[in-house]
Amino acid sequence: METFIQLTVTGLANGAILALAALGFVIIFKATGVINFAQGYFLLVGAYVVWAGIVDFGMHWSLAILVALVVAVLVALTTERFVLRPLVGENVISVIMVTIGLAFILQGIVQFIWGTEPRSMPAFIPRGTVAVLGVPLSLNRIWAMLLAGAILAALTLFFQRSRHGIAMRAVADDQQAAMVVGISVRRVFALAWALAAVSAVFAGIIVANLFGVSGEVAVFGLLVFPVVILGGLDSVPGAMIAGAIIGLLITFTAGYVGGGLQQVIPYVVLVLILLFRPYGLFGEVRIERV
Amino acid sequence: MATATGVYHTSYEADLALRTTRAEWIRLALLFVAVIVAPFVLSPFWLTVANQIGIAIIGAVGLNILTGHTGLISLGTGAFLGVGAYTSAILVTRFDVPTLVAIIIAVAMTAAIGTFFGLPSLRLKGLYLAMATLAAQFILLFAFRNWEFVTGGLDAIVVPSPELFGWALQTDFAWYWVIFGTAALVVFGARNLFRTGLGRAFHAIRDQDIAAAVMGIDVGRYKLLSFAISSALVGLAGALTAHYRTIVTWERFTLDVSVLYLAMIIVGGLGSVAGSVYGATFMTVLPAAIQQFARNVRDTLPVLAREMPAIQLVVFGLVIVLFLLFEPRGLDRTWQRVKDFFRLWPFRY
Repeated sequence: METFIQLTVTGLANGAILALAALGFVIIFKATGVINFAQGYFLLVGAYVVWAGIVDFGMHWSLAILVALVVAVLVALTTERFVLRPLVGENVISVIMVTIGLAFILQGIVQFIWGTEPRSMPAFIPRGTVAVLGVPLSLNRIWAMLLAGAILAALTLFFQRSRHGIAMRAVADDQQAAMVVGISVRRVFALAWALAAVSAVFAGIIVANLFGVSGEVAVFGLLVFPVVILGGLDSVPGAMIAGAIIGLLITFTAGYVGGGLQQVIPYVVLVLILLFRPYGLFGEVRIERV
Repeated sequence: MATATGVYHTSYEADLALRTTRAEWIRLALLFVAVIVAPFVLSPFWLTVANQIGIAIIGAVGLNILTGHTGLISLGTGAFLGVGAYTSAILVTRFDVPTLVAIIIAVAMTAAIGTFFGLPSLRLKGLYLAMATLAAQFILLFAFRNWEFVTGGLDAIVVPSPELFGWALQTDFAWYWVIFGTAALVVFGARNLFRTGLGRAFHAIRDQDIAAAVMGIDVGRYKLLSFAISSALVGLAGALTAHYRTIVTWERFTLDVSVLYLAMIIVGGLGSVAGSVYGATFMTVLPAAIQQFARNVRDTLPVLAREMPAIQLVVFGLVIVLFLLFEPRGLDRTWQRVKDFFRLWPFRY
């Protein structure tokens, strides 16, 4: 029972991070129709900039996060303007490959500046354990869950209530109709990338806090794909629920089955979903069939 | 594209020929001579690179058949290379199968597994297919690493150097002829494939799948056939790598390799056999040249030499991004433009 509760907490914490990373992916896909393979590397950039801000420049952690947000948003906006915009209307292969190319560039730059040695994140999120019902749980995982939950809630609220959020949903629904009512589609595209960068930075910080600052942070970026396919590519609540499902699945497989099977189980789920329900749990049903 | 004027085909043979003008024949002859002379003049380092190019050409032509000609993206090339390499290596080391037979079985095996992972393409395309093949990549890589009973897990499989007609294939020089002979056959075969009904069906599916179905092409069957042919060639490249390198480890078949092969066909030109050759050459020579450059400046610019892996990553990413932005049809198109420039000179068009 103790193991079960611990695994559940770990799984939900991982799931919250996955949901946060997946959210950035979904925002970009929903608004611009681009599949961003570089999402994981935005996590990486965020984690490293925060680390450098605190350790190299002695900033307060809140300032370091602010700097990281600015850097990530700038990278995202540059990418959107100079790399993705010229490719609007190109085929899927080109768009996928350009974001993969981008991933390599970001990875190379991070490696060039900071090397490949893993470092540990300064502990500004409380660590240690706390006993809940007699079960010791690690505090930073609970914090990860709470933080991710708060950010997800804030972004959901943004989509539901704010003017810009509603404009984004309008563009996602029908670009031409959105233009007709006077929404600047370009600005919405830029906003989507900026928001995705913001959620990636937070996800990156939480991952780095749990597992250290290293190239491994970007691995979470690849796990985003099973999550978004399971949840439905264009569904924000789907990303959250699927994040939790995949997170739990990974930790339960690691805890009860083992043998490294947890590395591959998300992709088995991915194949099964693609075979039987390609639009995911909550995605809009508009798969082209031939 | 400008074509030579005054070329009239007066017989069916002339109409069917792959090369019609004298300039085309001269270029082919020059290429032929260059390939024959190369192993005698190249340094050992560049001879190794040349062999890698040859293998990459086989794989890239294979992937281009699927992605460039049929329009089905695959992120699983790395794993399919692995299937070919592991199958051939295991057959030779454990079951004492002759190398040639082992390679043939490996090719068939990869074709079968490739077709299996191509099954989702019957329902999916574009990005969803990319996801399905991405999953194939991870699942197969997992099998290479964890199915120790068969693949030896994380340990490398050491393959003995094969013999061909009583001639031991140990040196790069000997392998050069085998690899480039095979690559030439593959290129020639692929070039002809797209003059047959089968190849044209692939093009039809790529351009408009619904229209292809209306014309009576069994889209599902041809998609699977494309997966089979493509994976077979990729498997051949994998099997050749296994015997050429005499060592098989899972690290050579990661997602990065899949991306590398996709980069080759994008840089070379999607949907062009010649483009696959250019792309494979470019993407193999580029890192080797950077590595060579780093070795030369090791004493004068030690920083550059030390940071080389990071620089390689950035250059690799930049090449992909810049080609997609500025020459999306690849080196094949560049070459076409160069030819047009001289053909039309002194006029612009």
